[in-house]
Amino acid sequence: MTLNNVWVYAEANGDKVTTATLEVITKAREIGTTVSAVYAGTSGDSVAAQVGEYGATTLYVINPGEGLPGQVAAAGIAQLVNEHSPDAVLFVQSYDGRDAMARTSVKLDRPVLTNGFTLTAADGLTFGTAIFGGMVMVDAKYADGGVALIGIRPKSFTAEPSGGGAASVVTVDGFDAGRAGEAKVLERFEEEQTGPKLEEAAVVVSGGRGIGASESYKPLVEELAKALKGAFGASRAIVDAGWVPYALQVGQTGKTVKPKVYIALGISGATQHLVGMKNSDNIIAVNKDGEAPIFGIADLGIVGDVNKVVPALIEAIKNKA
Amino acid sequence: MHVVVCVKQIPDPAVPGALNADHTLKREGKPILDESDSYGVEMALQLVDAAGGGEVTLISMAANGETAGLRTALAMGAAKAVLVSDPACAGSDALGTAKALAKAVERAGGVDLVLAATESSDGYTGTVPAQIAELLGWPALTFAKKVDIADGKVTIQRQTEAGYDTVQASLPALVSVTAGVVEPRYPSFKGIMAAKNKPVDICTAADLGLDGQVGWAGARQTITNVENAPARQAGEKFEDDGTGFEKVVGFLENLKVI
Ligand SMILES: Cc1cc2nc3c(=O)[nH]c(=O)nc-3n(C[C@H](O)[C@H](O)[C@H](O)COP(=O)(O)OP(=O)(O)OC[C@H]3O[C@@H](n4cnc5c(N)ncnc54)[C@H](O)[C@@H]3O)c2cc1C
Ligand SMILES: Nc1ncnc2c1ncn2[C@@H]1O[C@H](COP(=O)(O)O)[C@@H](O)[C@H]1O
Repeated sequence: MTLNNVWVYAEANGDKVTTATLEVITKAREIGTTVSAVYAGTSGDSVAAQVGEYGATTLYVINPGEGLPGQVAAAGIAQLVNEHSPDAVLFVQSYDGRDAMARTSVKLDRPVLTNGFTLTAADGLTFGTAIFGGMVMVDAKYADGGVALIGIRPKSFTAEPSGGGAASVVTVDGFDAGRAGEAKVLERFEEEQTGPKLEEAAVVVSGGRGIGASESYKPLVEELAKALKGAFGASRAIVDAGWVPYALQVGQTGKTVKPKVYIALGISGATQHLVGMKNSDNIIAVNKDGEAPIFGIADLGIVGDVNKVVPALIEAIKNKA
Repeated sequence: MHVVVCVKQIPDPAVPGALNADHTLKREGKPILDESDSYGVEMALQLVDAAGGGEVTLISMAANGETAGLRTALAMGAAKAVLVSDPACAGSDALGTAKALAKAVERAGGVDLVLAATESSDGYTGTVPAQIAELLGWPALTFAKKVDIADGKVTIQRQTEAGYDTVQASLPALVSVTAGVVEPRYPSFKGIMAAKNKPVDICTAADLGLDGQVGWAGARQTITNVENAPARQAGEKFEDDGTGFEKVVGFLENLKVI
């Protein structure tokens, strides 16, 4: 059994649709006969081409003005849902996605199921999430009919193009976002970024409190990542300590990563960290405590001091190159 | 200035979680103030100070009249609290919770700003704050890592994937703050003593006209399966004797990463 109409709230950075959006559209294609996307922004044509390539046939475009896109979008989405009655609207569990699903849920007076990472339609739409830091999996369903509103964590599905042509663009108007549109973006600031993105890199090296000091992050974590042409991340302990920016945090309240190799340096392996990286293909851990929980999921564990192991490792890799 | 802070009282995260037979969260022992909300409380106290006066009111929803977490936040310096509490609140989802909290904001009266955390430590749906704003018909400035108030406007730095956006709205508004925005103060002994006598206005869902909209009734979902996540197998582990790095090199070579 499949659903008839599955919608996806599509997000883009500039004119590039986010990978997490494409993952969700790919899933929508599997569980629904037709897939439509809703987008709030000014790059409608370019977004239509990209979401079309992954299987969406219609793109509804909302102009958020200077407002926060997700918050303005909700008014448009609610209007569209009342008009077209899709079976489900899927959102990415991202900053704007959360704004959009929260406000849509109130406008439609529908509960929203959040942090999903499985979706099946075989026996009515079933949504899977994890609780207790990823230790326990829970499946849930709506108890009544009506539109399903579901938030999906990035990296839950793999994005695969369907080879479709550009989605046809429908401009949405006539909705009123009210004071939700009053939160205006005055200025954008982008932190300088070198190397691949954390969520997309084949190799991710993360540092935790065990690296000892803020000054050690660059020579140990960044340098090893650089030597492996990878990205660098962090545990929350060192984000909260102010050693590195929040954008680098991996885990329940940070990013979810799924690289070919994840290297954890001086990270104990709290469940809230593991939930963001345990689906990596291969995990390597260096920790001086042989009993650290990170070793419970590591394919290769080195019980040792990061200050000794890592510099030697970087040296050896450089000598090979 | 009147600032309201959403304060969730949660089971101690240091104690492993468990579910009851009906799939609700087991809530045993004294609940504590969700650490994520301690940032909101601190931020509220600082903003009121900077504004040259005003008051901080806490709002919370809990099923069984819990106040232990509220007392911690009162001890930090908040003046009073509104607690929505009755057994009907048990099993509330994010929307039901937001409805109760939005009514609590109205009950607190004359509010300029509502602060919440971006997500709670136990539920982490991350939708309650924007839902409250929508119910109140207010703008929501979410994921703030810096908050300033001047001339009847609130300006924040909003966390984004790439850095941050500067976002502004006029008051009244809701702001959700990320962890680490400010350094929460420890309650002083005097604060703890004073907190015992600060007013906590306890009201039921019915008092707020929310019959049937909170708790399991409002959640409109059924749990169809609960099971333990598949465990990932541990691989090999070596004591570093000075050559540990070679094991890593070999492993990476095998994967053709180097
Ligand atoms: C609601 C909630 C959400 C959370 N979300 C996240 C999240 O998204 N991401 C996240 O990471 N955490 C999160 N946490 C925090 C998490 O519970 C842990 O506190 C955190 O992950 C610990 O970080 P750490 O491993 O760096 O530090 P610690 O737990 O302090 O571990 C440091 C490790 O370094 C080792 N070490 C020390 N010195 C050396 C050395 N010289 N060489 C090698 N090893 C050494 C130690 O043996 C230890 O194992 C969350 C917590 C809560 C309650
Ligand atoms: N029961 C509650 N009582 C008070 N505040 C709450 C409650 N539930 C959620 N909140 C607030 O909303 C934030 C986000 O919660 P959540 O959407 O559940 O992740 C929390 O960090 C609190 O600030």
